[in-house]
Amino acid sequence: MDADNAVPLLAVEDLGIEFRTRSGTVRAVDGIGFKLRRGETMALVGESGSGKSVTAYAIMGILDAAARITSGTIVFGGLELLQASEGAIAEIRGRELAMIFQNPRTALNPIRPVGKQIADILLRHGNVTAAQAPSRAIEMLAKVRIPDPERRARSYPFELSGGMCQRVMIAMALACAPQLLIADEPTTGLDITTQAVIMDLIAELAASQKMATLLITHDLGLASEYCGHIAVMHAGHIVETAPTAALFAAPHHPYTAKLIAATPGGAPNLEALAAIPGALPDLRREDLPLCRYSGRCERAAPACLDRPLPRRAVSEGRGVACHFPL
Amino acid sequence: MIVLRRLATALPVIAGVIVVTFLLTRALPGDPAVYFAGPAATTQAIEEIRHRLGFDRTLPVQFLDYLQRLEHGDLGTSLTTGQPVTTELLTRLPASAELMLLALFLSVAIAVPLGIAAAMRPGSPVDHVCRIVTTAGVSLPTFFTGLLLVYVFYYLLGVAPAPLGRLDVFDSAPPQHSGFYLIDSLLAGDFETFRAALGQLVLPGATMAIFTLAPLARITRAAMLGALGSEFIRTARASGLARHRIVFVYAFRNAVLPVITTLGMVFSFMLGANVLVEKVFAWPGLGSYAVEALIASDYAPVQGFVLMMALLYVLLNLVIDLVYGLVDPRVRVEA
Amino acid sequence: MTATLRHARYVLSENPVTAFAFALFFLLALCAALGPALAPFDPLASDTAEALTGPSAAHWFGTDQLGRDILSRIVVATRLDLGIAVTSVALAFGIGTLVGLAAGYCGGWIDRIVGRAVDTIMAFPLFVLAMGIVAALGNNVANIVYATAIINLPIYARLSRSEANVRRNAGFVEAARLCGNGEARIVLAQLLPNIMPLMMVQVSLTLGYAILNAAGLSFIGLGVRPPTAEWGIMVAEGASFIVSGEWWVAFFPGIVLMAAVFCFNLMGDGLRDIVDPQRRT
Repeated sequence: MDADNAVPLLAVEDLGIEFRTRSGTVRAVDGIGFKLRRGETMALVGESGSGKSVTAYAIMGILDAAARITSGTIVFGGLELLQASEGAIAEIRGRELAMIFQNPRTALNPIRPVGKQIADILLRHGNVTAAQAPSRAIEMLAKVRIPDPERRARSYPFELSGGMCQRVMIAMALACAPQLLIADEPTTGLDITTQAVIMDLIAELAASQKMATLLITHDLGLASEYCGHIAVMHAGHIVETAPTAALFAAPHHPYTAKLIAATPGGAPNLEALAAIPGALPDLRREDLPLCRYSGRCERAAPACLDRPLPRRAVSEGRGVACHFPL
Repeated sequence: MIVLRRLATALPVIAGVIVVTFLLTRALPGDPAVYFAGPAATTQAIEEIRHRLGFDRTLPVQFLDYLQRLEHGDLGTSLTTGQPVTTELLTRLPASAELMLLALFLSVAIAVPLGIAAAMRPGSPVDHVCRIVTTAGVSLPTFFTGLLLVYVFYYLLGVAPAPLGRLDVFDSAPPQHSGFYLIDSLLAGDFETFRAALGQLVLPGATMAIFTLAPLARITRAAMLGALGSEFIRTARASGLARHRIVFVYAFRNAVLPVITTLGMVFSFMLGANVLVEKVFAWPGLGSYAVEALIASDYAPVQGFVLMMALLYVLLNLVIDLVYGLVDPRVRVEA
Repeated sequence: MTATLRHARYVLSENPVTAFAFALFFLLALCAALGPALAPFDPLASDTAEALTGPSAAHWFGTDQLGRDILSRIVVATRLDLGIAVTSVALAFGIGTLVGLAAGYCGGWIDRIVGRAVDTIMAFPLFVLAMGIVAALGNNVANIVYATAIINLPIYARLSRSEANVRRNAGFVEAARLCGNGEARIVLAQLLPNIMPLMMVQVSLTLGYAILNAAGLSFIGLGVRPPTAEWGIMVAEGASFIVSGEWWVAFFPGIVLMAAVFCFNLMGDGLRDIVDPQRRT
């Protein structure tokens, strides 16, 4: 944590996103906020459908056409992203702010050599000439530890393994030394050994470049290993934020406690491994309770349904959205 | 090499084509010799033909005969003109080829940009135009479109020349190099003839182009929509690449693959439509040759025509396969 | 069944163009069924005094070079054109589907032979092949039907083959097998109904193509002979008058031809909307 950077690199406040679909309007994200400082690592953890990827897309500005941002601000490096001009955003996207995705092989252009894909980004943002770009691309491949980078630069994604494709994506994202890397489920679909290797690589490169990382994942264990801060999301709300150690030592939100208990490693043995009862509420409903977890919570009280959620700052860097925290 | 390998896969297809065309020559109801001898033949002439063309032998022997004659490029003789069919087909080939190539060029030049524009702006007027073109174009009978164009542009507006073939009666053909009047007239520096030939080409070319426009526009639009919605485009956007690079280098190059595949179907339609268009515009190409022969019950040219068109089609499909392989690296890797 | 009908009604109400296509189809079917009864004039009666008159109150679509009423001829031709199209598509569908099902379900040498046969047909430009077949078999309407059927067969064979291949080991097929059903019975009673919706969409689209094909063949002089009324041959007869300005002789049969094809294409698209499970909400 960089203590002398009082101004956060990324500040999301009261962000609301909804989707128009054939079966109704989905309120995917509702009033979330968090801060990330330079060089910090933070994880946005939640089940599928909790709105974590959507949040990442909103930050990057690559939301679907059917999405609408209904409220909030996203301030990155002093620039209000939701109000900025298309030109200003085009300048920073891919350069100061980068993202890697899950399913690396489908996330790369299947008929273009990977070296050229990296070179495209360098030419766009990196102040290199057309002559320099290919060799710089090879340098990036070497940096992400792809063996034989000169030959691999001419390879196509279908000739590379999943792990190598993810390394290529990391190379593309880090090509212009961004200040923030958003990683959306970067290891889903990779085998366990490769997962660890990729995460280690990201962590190492982030540290050496003093780059902040926002990890989007459903895997609380992964988040705990690689991130200093964790924000837990449920049904479009952030229910708790805390430094990792504190979160595990003493979770304040009932959902967080359940998540920890459901994580392998969080429970003493297989029998004690709990499942979280219930399911995400239908986000198309007009009459959603104000606390969207109340439907699954055994501590729920009438107040949970209609009293606005308190965004309580428990202490420095900790927050919980619950009327009856643990 | 890859070319040889592809050629090898085409061989069984060619074999099938030859067998079918052979069967078609022997499928005539009644006595084939009578047909080939013509309506005015005497009994003796019929017997001569029967013997000469081998109808008195067994079927397998006839087939071997047929193969042998094909090897020498002998497709028989036309009853109406007395010329060898092969010679006549080859003489008329450039006329049809010029027409079809122009139609293909026009068609692609309009359909592809239209499809791309429609995919990039869904719901816009361009998209609606594309949808209309696609649905209506498939329903238009080629011969009807041709007649409509003649009526509007020749009779009503007077801007197009009479639909009487490749050149007006008063013009003469340029010295023969490729057989393509456009190319030959340019080679000879004869701009008058070039303009005249082009004028004659416009309406029949447009007729054929309208017909092939529809499937091409439809597939381009669908393919672009698919490509634009894919995950690697999301990555490209997140990387901040410039819009024109995303659309043309990333999306379009991927979208063009199904378009290339569709060209196979387009060629099939075009080779068929060729017959109809040539009849409407009195175009002296392969199609009108076959139609004239059909009406005169002159069968050798018709069968030669079917065989030649089929072989042409196989060749075109081969070219399409090779072009596809050039664009898509995934098929180049042999298992 | 009612869920399908409800969805069908939803699709038709959302999409007026599709509803229009269905309405047009009924009109065409009516003309085909009632034929001569609907025609104001005798389609074969020539009246040279009235030859080549444009559209008027008496003759809505004008008269042709022999003074015959064009509207009457078009109405009567509906039966012939639709008849040719329906018969050939029925043949193509019937034989193609069964053959394809057998190939996809049984695999092995049946699959190889069927595959080879279908590939050979598809190796020809289809209209050219139809010309060749009609030229070979003889110039009459029956052969037009056979030729059109042959060139449309591959589509059904391929479609049913791939569907059968996919479903060959599906749950319901296994269940039927376990119940002791013979293989043939499984194919006919289980697989066939399952792929019917998709095939129906294809039938509608092929009908449009078959009409175009038949009209094209008669335009170049195959199949139908004068004085029979048929859309293609009417356009052919009218073609020579286009350059002298008597446009109606070729125009009206052509427009009706186009409308019929358009109708079947739209119906096919509409059916696809109704039938495609992905569209069901």
